[in-house]
Amino acid sequence: MTEYRLERAAQTGEAPSILFDKVSLVLGDKPLFDNLTMTIEGGQCTCLLGPSGCGKSTLLRMISGTTSLPYRGTIRIESEAANYVKIAWMSQNDLLLPWFSLLDNILLGAKLRNEESGVLRSQARDLMGEAGLAGYEDALPATLSGGMRQRGALLRTLMEERPVLLMDEPFSALDALARMKLQNLSAKLTRKATVLLVTHDPMEALRMGHTILVLSKRPPRVKSVVSLAGTPPRNVDDPEIRAHFSVLLSQLMDESHA
Amino acid sequence: MKAVRLIILGCGLVLLWQLLVLITAVPHYILPGPILVFHAIINNWSALLEHLQTTLTEIILGILLGTFLGVTTALTMTLSPLLKRWMLPVLVISQAIPVFALAPILVLWFGYGMASKVAMAVLIIYFPVTTSFYYGMQRTDPQLLELAEIMNGRPISIMRYIIVPSAMPAFASGLRVATAVAPIGAVVGEWVGSSAGLGFYMLHANARMQIDVMFAALTVLSVVSLFLYFLIDFAMDKLIFWESNQGIT
Repeated sequence: MTEYRLERAAQTGEAPSILFDKVSLVLGDKPLFDNLTMTIEGGQCTCLLGPSGCGKSTLLRMISGTTSLPYRGTIRIESEAANYVKIAWMSQNDLLLPWFSLLDNILLGAKLRNEESGVLRSQARDLMGEAGLAGYEDALPATLSGGMRQRGALLRTLMEERPVLLMDEPFSALDALARMKLQNLSAKLTRKATVLLVTHDPMEALRMGHTILVLSKRPPRVKSVVSLAGTPPRNVDDPEIRAHFSVLLSQLMDESHA
Repeated sequence: MKAVRLIILGCGLVLLWQLLVLITAVPHYILPGPILVFHAIINNWSALLEHLQTTLTEIILGILLGTFLGVTTALTMTLSPLLKRWMLPVLVISQAIPVFALAPILVLWFGYGMASKVAMAVLIIYFPVTTSFYYGMQRTDPQLLELAEIMNGRPISIMRYIIVPSAMPAFASGLRVATAVAPIGAVVGEWVGSSAGLGFYMLHANARMQIDVMFAALTVLSVVSLFLYFLIDFAMDKLIFWESNQGIT
């Protein structure tokens, strides 16, 4: 159902591309980006891969605009429906409110905008069923496992129906199995949206991304771009993953020595 | 288990008291033993109850009014940074004045009746309630606020669903402190000038060298204050259902 909604968004040209034009950012005395020009393709999943401290998360914050960062250049989210907030956010921390039930947490955006309705509630219930969370509507977050909580956070993000999803290492706090399951669910439910996924795990990037941007720290730049065919989520033994994995890994190794 | 522990603790303290009286052989008009005080409670039961009613009313009104004022101030300061800049210094200054020194003035202004004692209790608890609630709201997880902002939340809904619940644990500790100190305010007010209340009754007994009656009033006041504290503690635990017990029991 969500897939359908996002699909409709894509057809009306609402899954926009994100354009970076000569973006430079210096934080303190540390240059993070220098004349960065690139396009994040609309309706695709783009993974940002790089060593810690290379500015992956900062890049997401520059797009979301919640923290005012003193960057130069322009960042534009290209969309026909202008003046409309297009972004939803998901981070490593699930940020579920401990005083709300899981269902209420998933409906948080609607609650905060005073838009909660019976229709939205039943949509949220449907989504929970799809994510294997049926029966946990009234459970408090503290009683749930890390994987379930993060699934809740994913559904809360999807309920926003925003065409651009910014995900900041959303699965990194989970164990391998829970991470794999959540990657599958996430790839399936966000298929038509513009997804920007920050990760430090090359396997995750290869499973989830249509495009992988490898960022380097010194000098700050996009070191390489990997484009992958096929539809995410890819299997671990996908030949494409095998072809790229060692290359990506050695690129990251070089970075951590630099 | 909790109740058993409290009973054992209470009995132990009373035993210690009796032991102290026996060992030091202190005269009963300086420190009466627990048995003597128990007798004084029984003998003066109706008078104690009557004065307790007055004092308890003052304490409860003080807690209700002080909490209301504190919560209102904290909410106002959170919602309006402009007002905050003006109110925060006033709040700090108000705390620099020793409240007990104000007691005679309060009695002068509000009279011998309950009003001056309620005012005293309000003044004492206003600061801990206001600051705990205010700083609790200030410490809301910035990531939650960022999320709410991306969700285009209405400020009033963000306040209601995120900021105020985030502040509840801090507010609860402020309210616990307030409950513990509110009786002090009421009794000090009664000492300065009154015609009813346990504080008045204590002064009255003191003037007649009825030290056992003084201790009886003190005991009743302590038990009631403790009961009030546990009541608030229990209510706070129910209110903050998502966290485990923060209180002392």
